[in-house]
Amino acid sequence: MRPKTSSRDPLAHWRSANTIKVLLKTIAEETKNLGKPLRLMEICGTHTMTLHRSGLKPWLQEAGIEMVSGPGCPVCITPDFYHEAIIDLVTSGENILVATFGDMTRVPTRKGSLQTTVPASGSQIKIVYSPEEALELARQNFDKRVIFFGAGFETTIPSIVYTVKKASQQNLEAFFLLAALWLIPPAIEAILSSGEVAIDGFIYPGHVSAVIGERAYAFVAEKYHLPGAIAGFEPADILLGIMSVVRQIKQGKPRVANEYRRVVKAEGNPQALALMAEMLEPFDADWRGLGTIPASGLRLKPEWADFEASKNLNLALKPQKTLSSGCRCGEVLKGLVGPRDCPLFGQACVPDSPRGPCMVSYEGACLIEYKYSAGAKKK
Amino acid sequence: MCLAVPGKVISLEKDGVGQVDYMGTTIVANFSLLPGIKTGDWVIIHAGFAISKLDRKEARKTLKLFQELEKLNPSE
Ligand code: SF4
Repeated sequence: MRPKTSSRDPLAHWRSANTIKVLLKTIAEETKNLGKPLRLMEICGTHTMTLHRSGLKPWLQEAGIEMVSGPGCPVCITPDFYHEAIIDLVTSGENILVATFGDMTRVPTRKGSLQTTVPASGSQIKIVYSPEEALELARQNFDKRVIFFGAGFETTIPSIVYTVKKASQQNLEAFFLLAALWLIPPAIEAILSSGEVAIDGFIYPGHVSAVIGERAYAFVAEKYHLPGAIAGFEPADILLGIMSVVRQIKQGKPRVANEYRRVVKAEGNPQALALMAEMLEPFDADWRGLGTIPASGLRLKPEWADFEASKNLNLALKPQKTLSSGCRCGEVLKGLVGPRDCPLFGQACVPDSPRGPCMVSYEGACLIEYKYSAGAKKK
Repeated sequence: MCLAVPGKVISLEKDGVGQVDYMGTTIVANFSLLPGIKTGDWVIIHAGFAISKLDRKEARKTLKLFQELEKLNPSE
């Protein structure tokens, strides 16, 4: 029978219990033949979410696959000094409007969070759901300097810098970007070159890949001889990716497989990549937990300097050591420990009063583990 | 922030903006990063921007693969 896809749920088959069962069975058989269990890293927080929400993790464990979360949460890897700089600015400067994504306002730092901050007179902190909304705030608030504190990976970067281009075309001179723009492939390389974690292969993020394409991960296979697969976000998508990785190991032929072809083209999104190349340049950026990674961040090119918040406002981005608060988020992001290895998990650190960003963000491994794992309390 | 499910384009207006039927809800999306989109196309939206067009042929290929796997492993 030909499968039907309804317009309401075009992905019903990707969630069907039967499809999932068959894929798990295939993975279990093929992993058994390899003779040893595998440890795979899913980079993207949205994959972590699917794995937990669909209850796949214990089944995969039984099939010989341990899934480890990686650094794929932009809120989590943005270091505290970005938040602290913007907190200083909004508490000391008048008529400043900071626009940022919701999760960013709840990240705890030693200066508090943006949510607990009391802005100076005439200043404000506003949550936006899309970069365009930040731009709209600049159009509506002519009396204020509007700073968009935009954090994101390759999926979000094009839409974030699009706002700067639009602001320039519309002569919105009081619009500024505090760019927290991070690149996934250099982070993977940092994790691999550190040699700290043993990983047998990768599940690459689907929507980052929709922008950057397949080639961006080629070094993982060529230089580190590790397999990987780009996967979508339905349970069956992730299982297809895992099946591909297992088969690559069996054949001894690591490569970059694309198991999300309905969305990811080999060349990515040329329009988005062209916009990034036009406006941004790479620099050695600091990541929470991972330290300074060569060419892992993007910033506006000098010709867009008028829109760069750190160049035009009293906002100093100085990397500094974060005081130890007992939070192990940095190690969680590298796959060195799991959320439950943190003594604060579910005790001092819960979603209502998070002690680290991994318990704040919807893509954070600690929040996901807390929300979706049975008996969120630490065992 | 990451909407993993595709939506169907229902209208395209000026300035690269359009409306998308997202599981029964109409949302406004920006199409500036995805030229050549037509109404009726399925797209992935991220942070208010369409970033990728769904390739239905590829989706059907994956469905076929599922069916083949299921044929090899008939349910008990
Ligand atoms: S549970 Fe909380 S304190 Fe512990 S690593 Fe996660 S975010 Fe940090």
